[in-house]
Amino acid sequence: MEYKLRTENLGLHYGDFCALKDVNISIRPQAITAIIGPSGCGKSTLLRCFNRMNELIAGVRTSGRILLDGRAVHDGAAGLTQLRKRVGMVFQRPNPFPLSVFDNVAYGPRVHGMHKGADLEAAVEKALRATALWDALKDKLRAPALGLPAEQQQRLCISRLAAVEPEVLLMDEPCSALDPIATEHIEELMRELARRYTIVIVTHNMQQAARVSSETGFMLLGELVEFGLTTAIFKNPSDKRTEDYVTGRYG
Amino acid sequence: MRKEKVIAGVLAALALTAISALAVIASFIFKEGLPIIAKVGLAEFIFSGNWHPLDGEFGILPMIVGSLAVTAGAMVIGVVFGLGCAVLLTQFCPPRIVSVIKPSIELLAGIPSVVYGFMGVAILVPLIREHLGGPGLSVLASSVVLGVMVLPTVTSISVDALQAVPRAYFEGSVALGATVWQTTHMVTLRAARSGIVAAVILGMGRAVGETMAVIMVAGNTLDLPHSILDPVRTLTSNIALEMGYAAGDHRKALFATAVVLLAIIMVLNSIALAVSRRLPAGRQAGRAAKAAAR
Repeated sequence: MEYKLRTENLGLHYGDFCALKDVNISIRPQAITAIIGPSGCGKSTLLRCFNRMNELIAGVRTSGRILLDGRAVHDGAAGLTQLRKRVGMVFQRPNPFPLSVFDNVAYGPRVHGMHKGADLEAAVEKALRATALWDALKDKLRAPALGLPAEQQQRLCISRLAAVEPEVLLMDEPCSALDPIATEHIEELMRELARRYTIVIVTHNMQQAARVSSETGFMLLGELVEFGLTTAIFKNPSDKRTEDYVTGRYG
Repeated sequence: MRKEKVIAGVLAALALTAISALAVIASFIFKEGLPIIAKVGLAEFIFSGNWHPLDGEFGILPMIVGSLAVTAGAMVIGVVFGLGCAVLLTQFCPPRIVSVIKPSIELLAGIPSVVYGFMGVAILVPLIREHLGGPGLSVLASSVVLGVMVLPTVTSISVDALQAVPRAYFEGSVALGATVWQTTHMVTLRAARSGIVAAVILGMGRAVGETMAVIMVAGNTLDLPHSILDPVRTLTSNIALEMGYAAGDHRKALFATAVVLLAIIMVLNSIALAVSRRLPAGRQAGRAAKAAAR
């Protein structure tokens, strides 16, 4: 089995605070992996290790290794933009730029050096089709993205990522700012996208993890307590702490 | 409840005093200035280059051109350096350095304008005279001095505008593999546009209205300038230089100069406001920021 993403004894400190402790996790390609756990357990921090977003915060130290397609993700500036092109991120609150729909989706391709109008138009159409937004927005490409409803904004953010053709999608609570119907639509979209992309989703919502993911990891206080098939984690957890969490005894 | 009403009434009176002061100043200037404009004729007053107040010739074209030229030059300098500084401080500096540098730039605003003028006369004017030619007292000297004077305004308001751009835009952009500079010019500056336009308007207002420093370095001749090395007189300098001895129509003509100055400032402000309104992105960023704050 070739894993898409793997961590080896990954540790992370914010100053003196230990946010991740010896995390070993292996993520399958073209599948949805969920990471669950109570607030502050380090699940978002783990997600942000995969595209090195934690480095934006002063005083962060990491240890251990992260492997993408079996090759170590390096420290330092080398390969950072390339890594983030391959490993994209969807945020908790939809964060389209204050630009037009078109410019939002064309942003990534432009940043990575695509400037020809026809190429950009093709890339934008393809990316909007990937999130089933094309039919709704093809006549509104010049409209400001911030005028769209929340669900379309989040879809647009996913399109914006799809336009740079990443391999991995990291989703940090992508539905927490959405209503239940929009959440259902985004979950459908995730299942659709999982045919082509490797998806890692961090969620507060255990039902969501159970609905969409094939594998689930449970984190607590910076540790990956248990990791395995989603059905096993929810129906037959091997660790007492996991059982307490998924049965709603705390968290 | 009664007490509340009294306090509200007192505050309203205080606020009205400030507003009525503005109204009194404006109406006084118009009352003194408009008759002479009517007498000379608006076109003659604005488009004639002959200013011989003692012979009854009142044409302020050179001063209008002087004010506009000096202001334009000041804005080029002020915006290039001020905005550059603001981008550096907000996007590329650690916050601790910003907290030292920004207040020191704002301190520049506290230096009296006569000091700027003095520095201009003592250092800048001789430099221009020796290296670029001309009398030294010139459009260029005034533009540089005014440009430095508007720096604190432009910088500090631009910094505020850039800092108000939601962090989520920055994260979203770098997460797509963009560099900090790509993020800055493709997202952050656009999101902050309306605030930056406001910074430019305020800077421009200061440049048009500045008098003392300009009198000291502009040369104050009555001819139309033909190059940036020629001396000029601005509208404000004209009023300040001649008010001391003017009487009769001459005095009224100086009030009329003030009317024109007011009109120019109002036109410049309206243009800048209209431009900032035509930038939908910036406005929406503001709305989004407000929504996020809620």
